[in-house]
Amino acid sequence: MEAIILQVLNGLDKGSAYALIALGLTLIFGTLGVVNFAHGALFMIGAFCAVTLSRILSLSHEVLDPGKTDFLGNPSKVNVPYVNDWFGEVAGSAIIDWAVPLSILFAIPVMIVIGIVMERGLIKHFYKRPHADQILVTFGLAIVLQEIIKYFYGANPIPTPAPQAFTGSFDFGAMLGFDPNVIIYPYWRIIYFAFAALIIGGVFAFLQFTTFGMVVRAGMADRETVQLLGIDIDRRFTLMFGLAAAVAGLAGVMYTPINSPNYHMGMDFLVLSFVVVVVGGMGSLPGAVAAGFLLGILESFASMREVLEYLPGINQIIIYLVAIIILLTRPRGLMGRKGVMEE
Amino acid sequence: MFGLAAKDFRLLLLVAALVAFAPFILNPFPEGSGMAQFNAGYPDLMQRFVIFGIFAIGFNILFGLTGYLSFGHAAFLGVGSYAAIWMMKLLTMNVIPAIILSVIVAGVFSLIVGWISLRRSGIYFSILTLAFAQMMYSLAYSVLTPITGGETGLQPKTSDPRILDSLVTDGTTPKANLFGLEMGASYDLSVSGWVFTFNAGYYIAAVVMLISFYVAIRIFRSPFGMMLRAVKSNQNRLNYTGLNAKPYTLAAFVISGMYAGLAGGLMVAMDTQAGAERMFWTASGEVVLMTILGGAGTLIGPVLGAGLIKYMENILSKINSNILHEWFAFLPDGFEDLLVTLIYPFIGKGWHLTLGILFMLVVIFLPGGLVEGGQRIGRLFKRKKPDATPAADKTPAE
Repeated sequence: MEAIILQVLNGLDKGSAYALIALGLTLIFGTLGVVNFAHGALFMIGAFCAVTLSRILSLSHEVLDPGKTDFLGNPSKVNVPYVNDWFGEVAGSAIIDWAVPLSILFAIPVMIVIGIVMERGLIKHFYKRPHADQILVTFGLAIVLQEIIKYFYGANPIPTPAPQAFTGSFDFGAMLGFDPNVIIYPYWRIIYFAFAALIIGGVFAFLQFTTFGMVVRAGMADRETVQLLGIDIDRRFTLMFGLAAAVAGLAGVMYTPINSPNYHMGMDFLVLSFVVVVVGGMGSLPGAVAAGFLLGILESFASMREVLEYLPGINQIIIYLVAIIILLTRPRGLMGRKGVMEE
Repeated sequence: MFGLAAKDFRLLLLVAALVAFAPFILNPFPEGSGMAQFNAGYPDLMQRFVIFGIFAIGFNILFGLTGYLSFGHAAFLGVGSYAAIWMMKLLTMNVIPAIILSVIVAGVFSLIVGWISLRRSGIYFSILTLAFAQMMYSLAYSVLTPITGGETGLQPKTSDPRILDSLVTDGTTPKANLFGLEMGASYDLSVSGWVFTFNAGYYIAAVVMLISFYVAIRIFRSPFGMMLRAVKSNQNRLNYTGLNAKPYTLAAFVISGMYAGLAGGLMVAMDTQAGAERMFWTASGEVVLMTILGGAGTLIGPVLGAGLIKYMENILSKINSNILHEWFAFLPDGFEDLLVTLIYPFIGKGWHLTLGILFMLVVIFLPGGLVEGGQRIGRLFKRKKPDATPAADKTPAE
């Protein structure tokens, strides 16, 4: 029992990342009908938003500290971040400590702008082209974005820690009444899961309960009719692209403490996210989320020692295996809509 | 000639001539001159040109003709490599059995993968092939280490059985050969400053490449090729006429898988080692880039694309900022620095950026690849009518 709960928990954080990226991919696919291979790059750019903001916040200048002296008796130089000057010592260091959560605020406008620019500047021209062309041009775009990030930030992973308060782990099992020290879980992962759940809930609520969301859903179902009603659906879809980019970016921002961001993290996630989308069913938002969590949890179950004894290597291939089985038995994925991507 | 139309035969002859004189063509600059780093006429790179040319030709038979975009073709190349290296370890260092087995094994694997993947089309097909390739990669990297060598890969060792060679080996690590002619053997011809290298391995790979190019032309011009084009243009209509497209697409898939295996086998023949990294999905992405860049669905396009990408990978990536400073030394200092800073991100380690941009430009403006670009320029010179000039070149295709 404990082992099962532990594996479910372990699967949640990866599953959350898959679900968020897959949600964005499905949003783009469902609204604009574009297969966006650059979505992983958006996830990666989000992560680098966090890196950038934490660098900006730690910008510092040198001052002579009369309190400390070096061995010659001269006052030694200390680096003081600008935020310390502006907000005082305590608040300043707290701001630096909380750089990653603060990046959420920073990343949302950045990602929305990037998304809109991408859609208006490039993807707009590919609506009428075949899906293969869309895949190829976004694949090229992903390479370009990745290389730009690599040029500015280097090829090595950049550690970006979570706030002090959330480092370390806690005894989740003891809280549920199990033996202590069996289910130890890091704070940040549970936060990541809660955050992902919040975003997913937010996106669904937005689509379900606002007029804007209603129009977008109508557009997803029947674009032409909505246009005939005199609604500028293209503009709304552009905004949805921005929203999808922001979802991917936020997934990236919050993922930085779990895995230090590097320039190819997006590509690593993209391949799996596409598998997730296809398993969930192209064009189905709940399907994408469900499949994301399902595959994340399955992956962590497959890496249990007991399982690996019987099926060595299963943890490496479980996702692909499940994808192949599902695609062959349920051609539309778990919750795929009829008529989507069926040539 | 050889059952080819005159036009195709001329193309084959042209490619044959290019390949045969590649050591001259690729070495236009004298040794030791400032431009010598643009010389691509060294055996290692020339071998890669033709091997990846074969890979791309094969991929084009699937993608260019049927429109099925496979994102997992590198797996067949990797499988072929492993088959070839095992043949070298167990049987003989002669490359012929190794290459034959690599083609057969890749064919079997592609038959299995294709049979399953081709039940779906479009993006689903791409994801299925990707999933299979990633599975094969992960397994080769972890569980199958006894067969694949895992992270370290496989190399022939002196201790290997090598049943046919065992009588002649004398304790040294044997080299890949063709009936005694070593792959690494080369003859240097120096003509007043220029050094041209003629490498045995390159010419063997080149002959194989010409044969596979010839086979590709025959496939393109055959009724079978027409059938594949019909699949691409409208599969529904094909179904309505009562034809089952699956055997045709599966045949195309297996043929292109065998081409990939052939490339993998040749890779091992030229450089006797095999590792899992050449099965990774980025390697599959690379062959997609090559085919699109050159021109999918054209005969010569994939070869051009493969050549261009491998040239960039090996030559462009070698240029560093010092060399740039040397080039622009004649300019005023500030201007020189500005120019170097502007160009620097696109060369050296950043060559992928250039590749990505070039690829995007090709997809956006020239869906037919370099071949289409060449045709447009050709048309430009033939007749100067305003409607024939590709003003559409500049505007994005909407």
